[in-house]
Amino acid sequence: MERLKFIGKRLVTLLIMLIGVATIVFILTKLVPGDPVTANLSQRSLSDPKIVEAYKVRYGLDKPVIVQYFYYIRNLLRLDLGTSIRTNRPVLEELKRCYPATMELAIFAILVAAVFGVLFGIISALRRNSVIDQIVRAISVVGVSIPSFWFALIVLFVFYYKLRAMPGPGRLSSFYAAPPTVTGFYTIDALLQGNIMKFGDALMHLILPGCVLAAFTMGLITRTTRSNMLDVMSTDYIRTARAKGAPKRRVVFHHALGNAMIPVLTVIGLGLGNLLGGMVLVETIFSWPGVGQFAYESVKALDYPSIIGVSLLIALNYMVINTIVDILYGVIDPRVRRR
Amino acid sequence: MQKGLKNLFRGNYLFTAGCVICLFWVVMAVFAHIIAPYDPIAQNLSVKLQAPSAAHLFGTDNFGRDIFSRVIYGGRYSLMAGILTVLIAMAIGSVYGAAAGYIGGAIDNVMMRISEMILSFPSLILAMCINAALGSNLFNTMFALIIVAWPSYARLMRSVVLTVKENQYIEAAEALGASRMRILLHEIFPNSISSIIVMATTDLGNQILMFSTLSFLGLGSAPPTPEWGMMVSDGVSYFNKFWVAGFPGLAIFTMAVGANFIGDGLRDILDPKLRKQM
Repeated sequence: MERLKFIGKRLVTLLIMLIGVATIVFILTKLVPGDPVTANLSQRSLSDPKIVEAYKVRYGLDKPVIVQYFYYIRNLLRLDLGTSIRTNRPVLEELKRCYPATMELAIFAILVAAVFGVLFGIISALRRNSVIDQIVRAISVVGVSIPSFWFALIVLFVFYYKLRAMPGPGRLSSFYAAPPTVTGFYTIDALLQGNIMKFGDALMHLILPGCVLAAFTMGLITRTTRSNMLDVMSTDYIRTARAKGAPKRRVVFHHALGNAMIPVLTVIGLGLGNLLGGMVLVETIFSWPGVGQFAYESVKALDYPSIIGVSLLIALNYMVINTIVDILYGVIDPRVRRR
Repeated sequence: MQKGLKNLFRGNYLFTAGCVICLFWVVMAVFAHIIAPYDPIAQNLSVKLQAPSAAHLFGTDNFGRDIFSRVIYGGRYSLMAGILTVLIAMAIGSVYGAAAGYIGGAIDNVMMRISEMILSFPSLILAMCINAALGSNLFNTMFALIIVAWPSYARLMRSVVLTVKENQYIEAAEALGASRMRILLHEIFPNSISSIIVMATTDLGNQILMFSTLSFLGLGSAPPTPEWGMMVSDGVSYFNKFWVAGFPGLAIFTMAVGANFIGDGLRDILDPKLRKQM
């Protein structure tokens, strides 16, 4: 019961936050100079007063701002995000097209970051102040300091242009057709199609952008894992476990790791949320047809309906991930629920 | 004092390295007009896209401009943008967070939700939007970065204030009849500032990266300003001429590494719990 109440409370907060974010977006669009009618309609539609009138009525632009706000929220609830100025297609459709590509890359990157980050963190903590520890710490600082657009250019230059060891930009090599859409993840869809070679090709295309994207988050995860492992390893219960003769490996993996992982889980969750925001650069450089590239093109063209759509989508993603992490937190650590 | 300084640097290699790197860039930026061998914006098409040589240490770009000189001048923009952004965001965030934490109750709740809403936006996209809407120049880029950066400081400050508030000396000050403002400014603020400073140093590297990212995306100053991010993006079109994008990128990277080393080192020094373990 206590657990259900906790989850319910988090979900209500999520809903309130979502309305808040939508409100901020609305205020921003009102602050930005420019007439939404001229911004949203083509030159030909503008010369037809009937179309202009219909557009104004549909989005409530002939009403006072507060009424417009309710129209806006109503349209959002109906999942009507308007039409992209740049591509002339519904924003929702564009986002549906881009989203799986971005999520596939993001999930791949967070897996890389989590596996290596936690591994490096543990090694670093267990061999504190050794040479390995110093190297791992230096790598993690490099990870959070390297400008991702520069890193992306370097790996492309070295692994694609010079060594020809990795495929170049895009999601698939040009001689493969995209697999029939089931999940939108090319790797999974290729497997469902039963085409192992295509699966391999899609996977290879994930490696370079995935690693570039993972570098920053991996640095953060390494640091958090290291400092938490250090904290936990100096507690009394670990000393007790060691004193009663438990082997070191068992103490590390059974007693220490579980407790040290709780804050790391937050960092991984936040990392996944941040990855989606950091997609802009990596997707632009690797010609990855995802939300980041869409966002960049939209900002360049001042395509406000699309910008609003992308912002809402990423904010929603971030908050949903945050809420899931919070709930998991409460499930793993009963102390959190009581706060 | 001197002994204290010695202790500060001893055994803390990363911190020392960070200080050396940052000092190097500060010197480069301050004395750019003396150190740089060429005018950073003077074009000379007869020597365009030349590989690094004795005459042009880092080679030349597509307008025949000396990349070494441009990198040295570029430090001015990155350092200034980074430091100013962090200072202003820190000031706004600290006051906001301290107020929220000290006042508490419903006001605290509302204030924190507002900052969380800004945090839940993708920072890069928010900064891009603000910049695109206002028009891109150095000032607007920094404005966008500040808008995105301050809520993190507010959250940290609030949590620190909540801890500090429970101390007995606050209770003592309240019992003595000190006003809320006095307690906030004279008791809580000085005792909360060390964690904020650590965060600010780590954030400096971040802001330098964000600034160069925006300028890479064409949302910084207009050309021909020698901004590092913009120089890297110039290099994208000359993929096989690695020096055009390579050296400015290396400059961003080293400056960010320096700032992060200092931030890490400071955290180790100021956090007594970690120090005990070391």
